Amino acid sequence: MAKLKVVHYINQFFAQIGGEEKADYPAEIRVGEVVGPGMALTQKFGDDAEIIATIVCGDSYFNENLEKAKADILAMVKEQAPDVFVAGPAFNAGRYGVACGTIAAAVQEELGIPAVTGMYVENPGADMFKTQVYIVSTKNSAAGMRDAVNKLAPLAVKIGKGEAIGASSEEGYIPNGVRVNFFEKERGSKRAVKMLLKKLADKPFETEFPMPDFDRVDPNPAVKDLAHAKIALVTSGGIVPKGNPDHIESSSASHYGEYDIAGVMDLTEETYETAHGGYDPVYANEDSDRVLPVDVLRDMEKEGKIGELHHLFYTTTGNGTAVASSKAFAAEFSAKLKADGVDAVILTST
Amino acid sequence: MVKEVERAGIPVVHICTVTPISMTVGANRIVPAIAIPHPLGNPALDKAEEKELRRKIVEKALDALTTEVDGQTIFD
Repeated sequence: MAKLKVVHYINQFFAQIGGEEKADYPAEIRVGEVVGPGMALTQKFGDDAEIIATIVCGDSYFNENLEKAKADILAMVKEQAPDVFVAGPAFNAGRYGVACGTIAAAVQEELGIPAVTGMYVENPGADMFKTQVYIVSTKNSAAGMRDAVNKLAPLAVKIGKGEAIGASSEEGYIPNGVRVNFFEKERGSKRAVKMLLKKLADKPFETEFPMPDFDRVDPNPAVKDLAHAKIALVTSGGIVPKGNPDHIESSSASHYGEYDIAGVMDLTEETYETAHGGYDPVYANEDSDRVLPVDVLRDMEKEGKIGELHHLFYTTTGNGTAVASSKAFAAEFSAKLKADGVDAVILTST
Repeated sequence: MVKEVERAGIPVVHICTVTPISMTVGANRIVPAIAIPHPLGNPALDKAEEKELRRKIVEKALDALTTEVDGQTIFD
């Protein structure tokens, strides 16, 4: 049987074009080329499939020009007419994951070509697209490339050949909510008692019905009297006093910073910068107001549009930082904000 | 982080460029920004124009905070 034809999508980083400073790289196709992670995929494909073209696109370019990037890439894929489309893996890179999910879903939906991608379960792209395309569950960094490719390649071959796909736990994809009837070897009562015995003995057990994770918080009532309201600033964009005194990590932050801006009218190149390693820092380092709008809020404070700008701001880097960590940081500083009588928060993200 | 601030009982507005991520995360009041590396600025403009642009976004964010919402809302 002839090898399946694969078109592979990767970002500027995995194509070795550059890091964040090249994230605005527009989409391009390299026909006949196998690039970056495509090498590992090719090896794993063996005689089953081959990459006939690689599409490269910068993560910021894709997300900021969503419609155009999508249309351009769809046209490129259509021309190659592959049997299957593979995007990523994106690990825990947020914009890359969203790009992979968006384009894989579009290829499948609009071109009728089966598609598969891979990413870490906390990547925002996973929640957004797991019900639309198969997303192989990967580790949170490229150190997990081998593991990712070992799942991604066989699944790509299977869906390319139109073979039946097994349960998420067998194939290694993120559960997509699809349920299939099948006969278990043991009846339910027996399985339930076994599970209970394991639980009582503090042994690991696997539930057959995980509860859906719908963590939604209802909106609070609106601010009634803006002219007397105390407004606080929070950011995941990593703005810190110059020199990053608390050494907030450029990714996978282990803590947040609390900084006093009493008397600070404007964030300048000499006084503030970003610690964030997940976007091109040039613009934020030049003028941190571009991420944390202190200058404008000071003007509005003077004009009486707002009551006051709270004298402390809270900051961390939202780059690859675990959801559990962000949650813990915010629970802690929100209690402080509440205690300080803050009426509303403006939270900015990059 | 947005959700934890909200959970603490403080109304919060999320200014961000990739609004679908904000929707997935669960922010209730969302204001779109300019670009990932400069959400509240545009280095192509001169300083005064850029500050004016930033002011417009902050005003929109304050409008969002003073508006009652039922569920997740993007203030375009």
